[in-house]
Amino acid sequence: METLKAQKKDSKDQKTIRITGAEAIIHCLLAEGVDLIYGYPGGAIMPVYDELYKFQDRLTHILTRHEQGATHAAQGYARVTGRVGVAMATSGPGATNLVTGLADAQIDSTPMVCITGQVTRSLLGSDAFQETDIVGISTPVTKWNYQITRVEEIPEILAKAFYIARSGRPGPVLVDITKNAQFDELDFVYEKCTKVRSYKPVPKPEAGSLEKAAELINSAKKPFIVFGQGVILGEAEAELKAFVEKTGIPAAWTILGLSAMDTDHPLNVGMVGMHGNYGPNLLTNECDVLIAIGMRFDDRVTGNLDTYAKQAKIIHFEIDPAEVNKNVKVDVAVLGNSKETLSDILPLVKENDHKDWKAEFDKMYQIEFDTLIKNDIHPTKEGLTMGEVIEQINIASEQKAVIVSDVGQHQMIACRYAKFKQSKSNITSGGLGTMGFGLPAAIGAKMGAMDREVVAIIGDGGYQMTIQELGVIFQHNVPVKIVVLNNDHLGMVRQWQELFFDRRYASTVMTNPDFVKIAEGYHIKSRRVTERGDLQDAVEEMMASKDPYFLEVKVEKEDNVFPMIPSGASVSDIRLK
Amino acid sequence: MEKQWYTISVYSENHVGLLNRISGIFLKRHINIESLNVSKSEIDGVSKFTIVVHTTEDWTRKIVGQIEKQIEVIKAYYHTDDETIYQESALFKVASHLLFDERQIQNIIKESKSQIVTVNREFFVLAKTGRRHEIDEMYEALEPYGIMQFVRSGRITVTKATMPISEILEEFQEN
Repeated sequence: METLKAQKKDSKDQKTIRITGAEAIIHCLLAEGVDLIYGYPGGAIMPVYDELYKFQDRLTHILTRHEQGATHAAQGYARVTGRVGVAMATSGPGATNLVTGLADAQIDSTPMVCITGQVTRSLLGSDAFQETDIVGISTPVTKWNYQITRVEEIPEILAKAFYIARSGRPGPVLVDITKNAQFDELDFVYEKCTKVRSYKPVPKPEAGSLEKAAELINSAKKPFIVFGQGVILGEAEAELKAFVEKTGIPAAWTILGLSAMDTDHPLNVGMVGMHGNYGPNLLTNECDVLIAIGMRFDDRVTGNLDTYAKQAKIIHFEIDPAEVNKNVKVDVAVLGNSKETLSDILPLVKENDHKDWKAEFDKMYQIEFDTLIKNDIHPTKEGLTMGEVIEQINIASEQKAVIVSDVGQHQMIACRYAKFKQSKSNITSGGLGTMGFGLPAAIGAKMGAMDREVVAIIGDGGYQMTIQELGVIFQHNVPVKIVVLNNDHLGMVRQWQELFFDRRYASTVMTNPDFVKIAEGYHIKSRRVTERGDLQDAVEEMMASKDPYFLEVKVEKEDNVFPMIPSGASVSDIRLK
Repeated sequence: MEKQWYTISVYSENHVGLLNRISGIFLKRHINIESLNVSKSEIDGVSKFTIVVHTTEDWTRKIVGQIEKQIEVIKAYYHTDDETIYQESALFKVASHLLFDERQIQNIIKESKSQIVTVNREFFVLAKTGRRHEIDEMYEALEPYGIMQFVRSGRITVTKATMPISEILEEFQEN
C-alpha cells in the first residue's frame, strides 16, 4: 500500500470529485475502457446497480439468468477480444455462483475482474443475511482478490485489479466491496495502475538461454513445436508464423492454442493430446527437440509423464516461471512473453526445411484420415456424425467464424475439425472442462466481436446446465448461432463407460425435452435436423440468419471420439479405434 | 526422491489474506506444514514467513514457485537444515512443589540450559530455546513428573550464506 499512498500524494494537484463509492466504481470501470459488463443484482450490490442505471448510456449491463452465466460471458468476451471481461454479483449466493467461472478463468489464464457486493462492514463476521466469505472461498481460484471495506480504497484497488488481471499471465481477480463503502463518499481521482512492487508480470529470459535454445534448434534433425494459448495471450501469432516458416519445423497445438496459426498452414500438423491427431502424438516420442511455446504440459496433453518425449531435448518458452519444470523437466527454459522471445530468437535460428521429417507427419495423417477422419466428416453410415456438422459449418462460414464449444465429445470433435484463419477464434473450457460454459461464453464472444459469426457447438448435456441464458439471447437479440449436437447421452462419460467400465451406463442416458420448442419459447428461430439430406440446407440457413438461430442435430447416439490416449497411458499408445 | 526437512522463507508485503493464499498452496498438494512462523524481516514493512516441511526437493521447489507467483510475495527461498541456523522456543509450566519434592528437576533445569521465567506458589515456567530434538529431550525428561502446560514455537532461521534477498529488497525499497 506504501506506493499507492505515495502516488496519491503526488496526484494531489489533480482534480477530484466528491462522489459515492458506488459511483466511483462506475468511473473506475469507464476509466479502464469497460463498456460492457455481465451480472445479476441483489441486496449488497444495489448501490452500484443504481449507478449503472444512471450510466446506462455509457456502460451496458447485461442481466444474465445466473451468475455463473455472467462469468462465462465475461470469459467469452475476454477470449475473443483480449480485453478484461467484467462480471458483477451480489454477496452470498451471488458471489458463490461465480466460483466455477473464476476457477475456469484461473486455469485457462483468462483476464477477468469480478466485483461482488458484501454486507456492510459492521456486519462482517456476524453471519448476516447473504454474508459469505467470498475472499476466503475464491482465494485458490483467483490470481488476486481483495475485500474493500473503506470507500477510499476503491480507485486504487480497482486499478490494481485490472492491472493484475491483464498483465503477465492473465487471470481472474475478485474484488469484494462492502455496502458501506458503496454508500460512503470520497474525493475521487483515478490513476491507472502500472506497477505493483512485489509483482513481476513478465520475467526476463536468463542470459544465454536464447542462444542455447537456438543451438539446439539449429542442430536438430527432427524438431517439433507444440504451441499453446500463450501465443494468443501474448499476441505472438505473427512471430510464431515467422519462426515456424523460417525453421521449417512442424507445429502442433493444444486445444487452447488452436487458431493461433492458420489450420491450413502446411506446417500446421494438428492437435496434441488425448483426442488429438495421430501423428503429433506418436511423433512426440520420436522428435529429437521438442519446442514448447506458451503451453503448460497439461496431463491431457502429455499422457503418462514417464514415457513423454524422454528421447527429446526440451525447450520451453514460458511467461510463468512456476510452469517451468512443473510437469516436464526441460533442458532450456526461455522465460518471457512469447512475442518478445520468439522475435528475439528469430535471427539466431537457421533457415531450414525438414522435408523428410514433415513427411512422417503427412504419412500419419493419411493413416488417420483413412481410418477415422474420412468416416467422421464424410460418413457413409446412416446416423449423422458430429464431424460432418462441423465440416458443414466450416464450409458455410468459410472458416471465418468464432467457434465456441462446451465440454465433451462435441468439444473434441469441434477442436479436431473446425478450421480457422484468424486467431482468438476457438473458445472452449480447456483446463477446467466446465460443462455449461458454451452458451454463455458464446454470448460474450458475440458481444465482443459483433462483426463476426459466432457459432456455439454444445452437447445436449452441457446445454441444459446453462440453458437459461437463452433469455439473454432473446432479450438482447444477440445473434449467436447455437448448434446442439444431441446424442441423448452424456457422450464422453458414456464413451469411457463403454471402453473402461464394461458398458455400465450409469447415469449417462438422457431423456431430453423438445429443444426446438424451448428455443421457440424464447422466440429464437430454430430447426431440427434428423437426416443427412437436410444438414447442409439447415447449416446454410443458420449461417445466413441475421438473428439468433438454434439448430438441433440429432446425431448417432453411441459414437466414440478417436483417436484416444487412454487416461494415464503414453502418447505412443494412442488408439485409432 | 528422498524426503527431508526444508525451510521455506517467504518475503512478502504485510497483507491480510496472504497467509490463506500460501497455506492453500500446501493444502492443494496435501503437504503438511510442520511449523510456521510469521514475523517482520530485516526490511521495514516486509514480512517474513518461515515454513518447515518434510517432503522431497522437487515438491519444495514447485511449492516455492507457486508461492513466488502470488502477487504480494517478493521472493521465496528454500534451504536444507545444513544451510541454516535454526531454533525453536518452548515453554514448560510445572507444579512448584516438584522443585522441592523431586531433586531430579533441578538437574533437568541445569542440564537443559533452560531458564526459569517465573515462579509462584502453584507453578513455575521454564523457557528453552534450541533445536527440536533438545526441546523433545527436555519434554521427555520432565514428562514423568507431570507437565501442566507445554507450548513450542515455529522454527525461526537465518541462512549461513549471504541471502541475495538484501539486494532485491533494496531495489524493491527504491520503487
